[in-house]
Amino acid sequence: MTIGQVVPAAPSIVKAAWRMWRTRIGALIVLVLVAFALFGRFLAPFGENESLGLPNKANIEGSWLGTGKLGYDVWTRFLYGGRPILVQAVLSTVLALSLGTLVGLVAAYNRRRLDDFLMRAMDVILALPQIILVLVVIAMFGAKAWLVVLAVGLSTVPRIARVVRGAAVAVVERDFVASAEALGESRPRILVSEILPNVIAPLLVEANLRLTYAVGIIGGIGFLGFTSDPGAANWGLMINEHRGVLAAEQPWGTMLPVTAIALLTIATGLIADGVSRAAAGIDRGTAQA
Amino acid sequence: MSRVVSIQGLRIEVAGRDVDIVDEINLEISAGEILGLVGESGSGKTTVGLSLLGHARRGVKLALGEVRINETNMLTLPERDLREARGKMVSYVPQDPSVALNPALRIGKQIIEVLEFHDFGGSSAARQARVREVMEEVRLPSTREFLRRYPHQLSGGQQQRVGLAMAFANRPAVIVLDEPTTGLDVSTQAHVLATIRRLASEHGVAALYVTHDLAVVANLAHRIAVMYAGRVVEEGPTAEVFANPAHPYTRYLMAAAPDMTGDHQMVGLGGRAPAPGRRPIGCFFAERCELASDICRESFPKPVSVGVGRVARCVTPMAIPDRTRAVPVAASSKPRESDTVLRLQGVVVSYTGKQVVHDIEFGLQPGECLALVGESGSGKTTLSRSIGGLHHEWTGVMTLDGQSLSRSSRDRTMKQRLAIQYVFQNPYGSLNPRRTVGASIARPLMIAGADEKTADLKVGEMLEKVSLTADYAARYPDQLSGGERQRAAIARGLAASPRVLICDEVTSALDVLVQAAIVELLAELRGDLGLAMLFVTHNLPLVRSIADRVAVMAEGRIEELGTATEVIETPKQEYTRRLLSDTPQIGRSTA
Repeated sequence: MTIGQVVPAAPSIVKAAWRMWRTRIGALIVLVLVAFALFGRFLAPFGENESLGLPNKANIEGSWLGTGKLGYDVWTRFLYGGRPILVQAVLSTVLALSLGTLVGLVAAYNRRRLDDFLMRAMDVILALPQIILVLVVIAMFGAKAWLVVLAVGLSTVPRIARVVRGAAVAVVERDFVASAEALGESRPRILVSEILPNVIAPLLVEANLRLTYAVGIIGGIGFLGFTSDPGAANWGLMINEHRGVLAAEQPWGTMLPVTAIALLTIATGLIADGVSRAAAGIDRGTAQA
Repeated sequence: MSRVVSIQGLRIEVAGRDVDIVDEINLEISAGEILGLVGESGSGKTTVGLSLLGHARRGVKLALGEVRINETNMLTLPERDLREARGKMVSYVPQDPSVALNPALRIGKQIIEVLEFHDFGGSSAARQARVREVMEEVRLPSTREFLRRYPHQLSGGQQQRVGLAMAFANRPAVIVLDEPTTGLDVSTQAHVLATIRRLASEHGVAALYVTHDLAVVANLAHRIAVMYAGRVVEEGPTAEVFANPAHPYTRYLMAAAPDMTGDHQMVGLGGRAPAPGRRPIGCFFAERCELASDICRESFPKPVSVGVGRVARCVTPMAIPDRTRAVPVAASSKPRESDTVLRLQGVVVSYTGKQVVHDIEFGLQPGECLALVGESGSGKTTLSRSIGGLHHEWTGVMTLDGQSLSRSSRDRTMKQRLAIQYVFQNPYGSLNPRRTVGASIARPLMIAGADEKTADLKVGEMLEKVSLTADYAARYPDQLSGGERQRAAIARGLAASPRVLICDEVTSALDVLVQAAIVELLAELRGDLGLAMLFVTHNLPLVRSIADRVAVMAEGRIEELGTATEVIETPKQEYTRRLLSDTPQIGRSTA
């Protein structure tokens, strides 16, 4: 027989998302902020806990943006304060992602009893507001970094599990899964290599969205004063420490971390939006547009 | 007869690009006449059908020409008038009634709505009367109880009749039917077709019947137009076109159609129709045509008259491509009862606790093809999935080479799992879209213990066996056409070196030419590899071309089991006779 024309493969979801400006702008902002948060401390003009004398003064000799609480340099504290939020947010999202995906896939593949049990358990967690749940845990056991990661991560699991299950339920019914079963493929293999690749698109979107929320929540508990080391710089804590002088002589101590957190959530949101549009476009076959 | 529909020089483009989907379309339909518009998927037949309603799907633009209904040009009509015209002047019956009807509204209400929109009869009482009348016209009960039903409370055939009732409610001059019987069983289809025929002639409606199925229009349409890659390549009175097709494409279509009489073997055709934007300068069919010469490749042939009321766009009209000459199907032979690969004894299958397949007994010999024929709901797929280990709710005895089979594929030995391979109906669902075709075909090999290098070699070999090339291994399913996907799915089945291949409606999602090619392929493989085949289908004519023996299933029982020749030529059961008489065939009238 003659061979038909070669149809180009549909672009991968990441490539398709990258074609959109929203994704690129989001990625650029995230990149800059991540660089600040992770490596900013090497550019800091002063030490993290080095006092320049007078607190909350905008015009201090040698200090770019003035001093904040206890006379610390605001710019230095900002450069130091991003790391804990960012690292904890990413770790908790990764934790939630792996557990949530596992729960979602298992629930979708084993309908009936196990599905019911898992998803009702998820519903119970979902019924409690996430921020309250996290605060209760931290109030009980102290604001240790690993506990924050665990609390935020675990309370995010149900949201991811629901999304993954929803997407996977339709995939489980498709014949290629039956075909793998007929060949006697193991259950884990069917979950990981047959079903998982087909739910990647919604999963990526959800992961981005959850990262955005995690940044917000972890920033929020920092603001409330729950940090593992009250002396260390932390964007959330910084906002609280300086909000009293926001309208007075020294706005930077609040403005800087607020702007950073806002930009970070907006930027991850932009990426999430790009990915979800790309996913929808690929599924509709209009990824070229 | 007065001319109602006149399409002149119609060109429909991809919006925003100068690429035509269909072009140079000229068609006319008179009152009371049914024009069959035949073509494969992607040929533009539905696009032309929708243009009669002045409608273009999203991303599609009605670019040039005119579509006149009683002197009104639908293409220049303002949106307001167009809405007024739709339903009243021209109406549409879509393919799938279960999707087209609003599931939340009672059917009586849905028909009334159509009448109210056009203010039919001027009074509510007149409209109520019309609803009852139109229900009788489509042979549905017009009782209050029935009209208060919701669509899901009706059978597929009844739903499509409601669709017809809605279309005919305002007594339109023109009706466009877009494959309205595709999802229906043959007997239901026969009744719906009879209704359409009667309504069109009784009310003098001009009908455009869009379909891929030659056999359906052969018994329904007065004239047919054959479309290929966005052009009408042949048009003429149905009887004459079928008796002596002028365009080679029509001949290939006819040669590919399954034939119940066994007078001609199905003939497939490779390649695919060029997509919009990739169409050559010359005849679009030249690439696949045996008769193509250099003239064909220079320009698309102009329409030439090939008889009274007949035109064709071919430089050598009426010429017969060699491959389309009829070769009779070999008479099916009785199998030896000696060596049985697969045997079923007293098999009873249930579905969520309800028994749906009762007491099945049959054996399958090596190299034999047994067709399992039945309408939807007959239990044929449930039974075949049980054999494949995909459905676990069954009792009785199944043996493979004398060894009994467990219910679930997981409990069977690896050898047993590989020995029975299942090819699914829908090639769009049976290959993992995120994995290359090669990786999918390699799985059974890897499971059987092959290392990656051997598997790679074997994958290439398998692809060649199903008439693809080794470089298909690197492609993803969405880069393949439906026929190519089904070939790849068959290659995956073959990779396991099976003894039994279960083919579950493997051609029902494919176009006729592709279906014929797949049937040819399966017949060839069966001969070469001595495969035993269980061919599950609802398509009786197809059975004649492929099967040695036929088991006719109805309501979970095997009604009749015999050689294909016996069952089709001298059916013993009333059910089989009815099935045979309801099946549309080219060159034979039904009903």
